[in-house]
Amino acid sequence: MDQDHKKLKESSFPCEVLEKVLSFIDSHKDRSSASLVCKDWYDAERWTRSNLFIGNCYSVSPEIVARRFPKIKSVRLKGKPRFSDFNLLPQNWGANVHAWLVMFAKVYPSLEELRLKRMTVSDESLDLLARSFPGFKALSLSSCDGFTDEGLKAIATHCRNLTELDIADSVTEDIGGGWLSCFPESFTSLEILNCASLQCEVSFDALERLVSRCKALRVLQVNESINLEQLQRLLVQVPHLTRLGTGSFMQELTVRQYKDLQTAFSNCKNLQALSGLWDATSVYLPFVYGACASLTFLNLSEANLRSGELAKLLPHCTSLRRLWVIDTVGDKGLEAVGSSCPLLEELRVFPLDPYDLDNQQGVTEAGFLAVSRGCPNLKYVLYFCRKMTNDAVVTIVQNCPDFTHFRLCIMNPGEPDHLTNEPMDEAFGAVTKTCTKLRRLSVSGLLTDKAFEYIGKFAKNLETLSVAFAGSSDRGMQCVLEGCPKLRKLEIRDCLFGNAALLSGLDKYETMRSLWMSACNLTIKGCKLLAKEMPRLNVEVIQDEWSDETHANKVYVYRSVAGPRRDTPPFVLTL
Amino acid sequence: MSTEIRSILSEMEFSGCLKTDLTLGLPGGAPPKPGSKRGFSDMVDLKLGASCDHDEVSVSTPPPTKAQVVGWPPVRSYRKNMMKSCKYVKVAVDGAPYLRKVDLEMYSSYQQLLAALEDMFTCLTICNVMNERKIMDTANGIEYVPTYEDRDGDWMLVGDVPWNMFVETCKRVRLMKSSEAIGLSPKTASNGLSMNR
Repeated sequence: MDQDHKKLKESSFPCEVLEKVLSFIDSHKDRSSASLVCKDWYDAERWTRSNLFIGNCYSVSPEIVARRFPKIKSVRLKGKPRFSDFNLLPQNWGANVHAWLVMFAKVYPSLEELRLKRMTVSDESLDLLARSFPGFKALSLSSCDGFTDEGLKAIATHCRNLTELDIADSVTEDIGGGWLSCFPESFTSLEILNCASLQCEVSFDALERLVSRCKALRVLQVNESINLEQLQRLLVQVPHLTRLGTGSFMQELTVRQYKDLQTAFSNCKNLQALSGLWDATSVYLPFVYGACASLTFLNLSEANLRSGELAKLLPHCTSLRRLWVIDTVGDKGLEAVGSSCPLLEELRVFPLDPYDLDNQQGVTEAGFLAVSRGCPNLKYVLYFCRKMTNDAVVTIVQNCPDFTHFRLCIMNPGEPDHLTNEPMDEAFGAVTKTCTKLRRLSVSGLLTDKAFEYIGKFAKNLETLSVAFAGSSDRGMQCVLEGCPKLRKLEIRDCLFGNAALLSGLDKYETMRSLWMSACNLTIKGCKLLAKEMPRLNVEVIQDEWSDETHANKVYVYRSVAGPRRDTPPFVLTL
Repeated sequence: MSTEIRSILSEMEFSGCLKTDLTLGLPGGAPPKPGSKRGFSDMVDLKLGASCDHDEVSVSTPPPTKAQVVGWPPVRSYRKNMMKSCKYVKVAVDGAPYLRKVDLEMYSSYQQLLAALEDMFTCLTICNVMNERKIMDTANGIEYVPTYEDRDGDWMLVGDVPWNMFVETCKRVRLMKSSEAIGLSPKTASNGLSMNR
């Protein structure tokens, strides 16, 4: 018996078997866990990983990645901290993809997919990409910057097997529409094209020809420069689209043109997602009704609809799961959402006029309540409003306990409950207590340390927390850092947390991806203390016009196995 | 853990008791609103751990107040809608001593807009001359041509594009004296405005 037992222990799985088994694992988290079991598993895992995900490009270096993973086909890479979306990061801060591409070109010549988020991508990099990977298929640039027409031309010209080109949300200057003409006539493989955020005229002829020869096209999101007549011509070529982003609705149509559009939309039987819709109004919106039955995602964030228009549209969208609107729909429009969209899982309400502090338009707690009553499956909400009450939020989460993402933005900083004048602590207490699956939370309004006590105590699954203009003492931040076992990203702005708060997280930061603190009460001294105590953290201070020798206005802390950055611009101080 | 850090953290236990003594100031730089509960002076006076004297804990002065809070509310700046302010545009009439402002969103047609201008600039009348509308100062016999500056900075004749498009692209309005309408023959200038919307 003992002998058999010993034999079992000695003969481990042959590595081919282990590799075969591990090759079925896709999730990078599971793969990370597998790699930690023992040396054999670590080796088998690294030989079989083909999808690379790096959540912070500075947490590791291209060299380290190249050494560990020999066979990567697809890369997902994220760069700047999220607050760069709101202009809190100076230009040229970093997250340039070029060094990565140089390494990929050397080590992964059969790279097929590259998905970047918040990274700087130059034309030179796009050119290198286009020429280095003959089998390259999919490029996705989300919230990236740094490239122009030239870079896109290189991609169009050289990537013969491209199936996906997605430049969603990327900020581009000097982009003309000429790059579309660079796809050779022999090029037919495109399946996904998203250029909705381009701020320029696109060459419609080139686009039309491209669409007509790419028979496998299933996602087409054009930009605002494409008018309705042009849209109709495109649609008749690709009625089998699953995702469509229209151009502008601002065009006077003849009856004939209207009917043609109506027919074109009715022929789109597979449409799951609809976006674009710039300046769509009740005049022309009805011709999309024919395509709405199969829609699961409707993005109306460029169409300033009123409540009545939304109420007429929604009953056609019987399968709707995700809805984005502008707050011009008002509470009444949201009532219509509550009554027409029982399957709704995600709602985002964006403000039309976010910078006008005296504006009283928009949505209130009433709208949110109405949605929660009608949509019990709600899991994701992003809600911009000017007024909220604790009671409303308590009721909302009782109606919808399955929230995984709760992002509430009461737009006036430090705004209390507008009926009771109390802080909004109880609202977020209810959210964290009731929504046990909560992974992401953005808080706002007047908040004392109590709110953070609740978060630290109850938000057991929280991974991302965003805080602004809140808290009454360092203890608030400490509660979060000492609670929230799964916290990965913490971003804080304009709060009075100081060095003591920062240092209370000493043991926490290595378990997190990153911490961002701006316009808080940190000093250089405090940051230096943190850096000294935790050498595997990069503690960076970004100096801007609000900093001086003592005050650290923008601090970014993240774990890294690559050591301090070697590409810091002069205004970033590594401590 | 270094002794410095230990002392900072233990100070925080003290300052925790201040939570009942809330001066809820906004340290970051929200614009001080007149009559708001939390003025800038509150913000400057806020001191954490005021009962303790250790240097490490004393709060460095909050950053100077910013005229406008950068990046708040957190909406992406590329969102075109977010940059739109309300549709108030300046209206200038040649020869008038001051300008007026109109909210274009209050009107749904060119007719309505001109009628509003007629009310505002009481010397003006919209006259019907041979089935065309003109803007005239009848007392002085001066004719005006309504023009507007569009998003590209060009001066355009009012009335060519659909009303909605006009509202979208108009940045300001100028009632130009016909005699000064550059590039237009006197005959064209006095054709007035054909109001087809």
